[in-house]
Amino acid sequence: MLKPLKKVGVVARNLSLSYGKTEVLKDITLTIEPGEFFALLGPSGSGKSTLLRLIAGFNQHQNGVLLIDGKDVTGTPPHLRQVGMVFQNYALWPHMTVWDNVAFGLVERKLDKQVIQQKVEDALNLVGLLQYAKRRPSMLSGGQQQRVALARTIVIEPQVLLLDEPLSNLDKQLRVQMREELKNLQRTLGITTIFVTHDQEEAMTTADRMAVLDKGILQQIGSAAGLFDYPTNKFVAGFVGTANLVAGEIMVVNGETLKFQAQGLGALTFPKVLDTNPKPGVATMVFRPHQVAIRVRDDHSDPSRVWVDGKVDSAEFLGEFARYRVRVGELAMLADQPHYSGLEMFPVGTEVRLGIEPNQVRFLTQ
Amino acid sequence: MTTTTLGPPGGPAQARSFQLPGGIGAWIAGLIILAFLTLFLLAPVASVIYTAFVTEEGKLTLGHFMNFFGQSLLKESFVNSLVVALMSVVFASLIAIPLAYLTVRFEFRGALLIQTLGVLPLIMPPFVGAVALQLIFGRNGSVNLLLNQWFGFTIPIMEGLTGVIFVESIHYFPFILLNLVASLRNIDGAMEESAQSLGCTGFRLFRRVIFPLAMPGFLAGASLVFVKVFDDLGTPLVMGVTNMLAPQAYLRITSVGVDDPLGYVISVILITFSILAMWMAARVMKGRDYSTLQKGGNSLQKRKLTAWQTATAYFWIGLVLIVVLSPHVGILLMSLAKVWSFSVLPDAYTLEHYRTVFGDSSKMISNTLLYCGLAATLDVIIGTAIAYLILRTKLPARQWLDWASSIALAIPGLVLAIGYLRIFKGMEVPFTDTPLTSTWVLIMIAYAVRRLPYALRSCYAALQQVHISLEESAQSLGASRLSTIRRIVVPLMAGGILAGFVTSFITAAVELSATIMLTTTESNAPMSYGIYLYMQSISGRGPGAALGVIAVVVVGLGTFLSYWMAERSSARSTTRNTDS
Repeated sequence: MLKPLKKVGVVARNLSLSYGKTEVLKDITLTIEPGEFFALLGPSGSGKSTLLRLIAGFNQHQNGVLLIDGKDVTGTPPHLRQVGMVFQNYALWPHMTVWDNVAFGLVERKLDKQVIQQKVEDALNLVGLLQYAKRRPSMLSGGQQQRVALARTIVIEPQVLLLDEPLSNLDKQLRVQMREELKNLQRTLGITTIFVTHDQEEAMTTADRMAVLDKGILQQIGSAAGLFDYPTNKFVAGFVGTANLVAGEIMVVNGETLKFQAQGLGALTFPKVLDTNPKPGVATMVFRPHQVAIRVRDDHSDPSRVWVDGKVDSAEFLGEFARYRVRVGELAMLADQPHYSGLEMFPVGTEVRLGIEPNQVRFLTQ
Repeated sequence: MTTTTLGPPGGPAQARSFQLPGGIGAWIAGLIILAFLTLFLLAPVASVIYTAFVTEEGKLTLGHFMNFFGQSLLKESFVNSLVVALMSVVFASLIAIPLAYLTVRFEFRGALLIQTLGVLPLIMPPFVGAVALQLIFGRNGSVNLLLNQWFGFTIPIMEGLTGVIFVESIHYFPFILLNLVASLRNIDGAMEESAQSLGCTGFRLFRRVIFPLAMPGFLAGASLVFVKVFDDLGTPLVMGVTNMLAPQAYLRITSVGVDDPLGYVISVILITFSILAMWMAARVMKGRDYSTLQKGGNSLQKRKLTAWQTATAYFWIGLVLIVVLSPHVGILLMSLAKVWSFSVLPDAYTLEHYRTVFGDSSKMISNTLLYCGLAATLDVIIGTAIAYLILRTKLPARQWLDWASSIALAIPGLVLAIGYLRIFKGMEVPFTDTPLTSTWVLIMIAYAVRRLPYALRSCYAALQQVHISLEESAQSLGASRLSTIRRIVVPLMAGGILAGFVTSFITAAVELSATIMLTTTESNAPMSYGIYLYMQSISGRGPGAALGVIAVVVVGLGTFLSYWMAERSSARSTTRNTDS
């Protein structure tokens, strides 16, 4: 087996990169702890892949500092960075066998034949593909190619492992399985790992922490639960998980209550939540669909919730729960109802009441 | 368990404060290529053009051009060259268009035959074909002897300009055929179906929809034919036609001398018309990329031919096939004939000519292998380097290398050779007394420069198919740029590079116009020159034909090889693309 690797931190300070007039990355500052499994999450065009390639050395930033293991790597070409990257399409060389692919980096380092032999064997064993060593990459399945690409990268014992959309080329079942394998591998080796994805579920289930990017700007860094529960802006709220966003204005905040004037909905009064400190002014109210209760109008309503009246526009049955799109005033709100067998769904057009859990509501001023 | 700790190869890196855009290696490679192109392409061509416009005292003048158009022989040659080139395009189109349409449109077994037809003429050098066609269609050739015997008349198809047009059309129609087939294949079937649903069918459908859509392919082929015929020196020379431009330039330079300005005037005219033809084709095609075939779309629907149509189609293909094959048959018979004159077939057969060729002229064969091998090697090295510089580096003005080498497309071999004779005149090989112009080095370099654009296309396409991540992954695993090129890029490009090598090799092997000008001694002469020399005398025709057969076999094998390799490498790259 391969021994655990040295844990190395990555620090970016005020990184900027632009192609001509197009700014791709704007003033990125983040710290990735040694041994961390870190995700760069964002929609396409957010700059997440550019940031990853910048760490690998394929892009050069114009401003700022990039430290790997405390050393400034600005200007260091990729092949001298000792940073291993696994590509989205795996980039296995079709003219070499699996064995030669994995041995490539070691041959570049002019190691002894026996050492190479041993290390390649260990790496292929680790990903469970030793019996395929003599095959060409084109004779392997997608999942196997992925593992060869991983073995090829970890065999050089990189300081940092970079993964570019590692699961996007696999079908759904395999994706879940590979996710587990990646996590185990990372835990075994203890190697600092950064991976890029546009899939929030993938990021949330795999990474210790993640950075959300949009339009080249770092939006927020945190753990999955942290980002989900405490988004700091509308983009993060909408991108990590599903959210109801209601624009409006905080009118009055006093000791006990908060009055929110929602556009197209009217004034709502909430009890003040202790762990936030909202101030009067323009704001967006954020709450998750599963924190909204849905009832028929004449039901007894729990006074601890804030209730609004609406009408079911459409409904989706998703198994664990049913998701309703409800028209409330001029707005559409999503409400999830947990499902159990025998529970009948509200038909479209039903007059319903939505109960918002007040202590789960966040007000964003950005 | 090993205890080696791995670091980046080459030790810790230092951040460089100053960097040339593109890296130092790219600059060195770029400058070497630029120097090569300047010395062996740009400077010779510039000197040819310059000479045509200055007086002996070095003053600018149009006097040489006035002089040119004042001479009735030269004026006549100019008109003749234009007429021959245009008529060759017309007849080549008449042969190629029906064949192309048949292959793409209809479901019938002759399609394979047509593809063979498309390659057969190309593997025979046109000036060799000219000699063979004399024997079959000439005044005393087999066909006319038979016609005279049976019907009492003859067809003088091989006489003068008609003969040149006949030979050139037969030789060059594949350029139109291949291009046209390619662009017809790219037409989306929906284009035709929507025309049909609007009530347009039959010949109107072909004229109004299909042919206009295939126009870019046709024009590309037609302009190529025009340029090739306009610049061709070997065919008219072998057929004894001298009242055309290329032969006049040749005769001027070889009889009057390297300083005769009229040779340069003709060269400038040849270059001008080549550029004009290509420019017009490019201009018409600009903004008209008609390859409308969508991903997942179907190309034109294939139909079945009726019995009558099949018969007509086979008749036409058969006729073309007979004519196209006749030079091959003729040259083979000629190489085996003891005596062959005033008879339909040779009177007696012998292998004597082959013995002569292998005895006397084996030097020529080995010369061809040497020159063409070196030229093709040079081509793929430069081609790969330019492709890499353009596609993979940020070297400023790297595109210029491509444009500069593409200039060679418009420069007839004759003109390039004249340029060499002019600028290298009086220079000697360092440390010896041998004049540079009398060595074979210039022949080899002329071959390399003329074939470079084709080799470059081949290498360029091969590199385009290599996904960039295959190189980046090598770099991230610690391979330097040079190491990545050696271990990843070149092996993955191998198919395309080899195809480029073979194409350069075989076309150089049958090149005559630069060869005639630059060959000074018989010991330096390659095969193509040998064939030309043998054909000058009646007694040399047998050995000349034998040498011709050898050339055809070499070129044929090479063509087959390059197709095979190109197919194989594209098959490999498609499997790779579906993986990713």
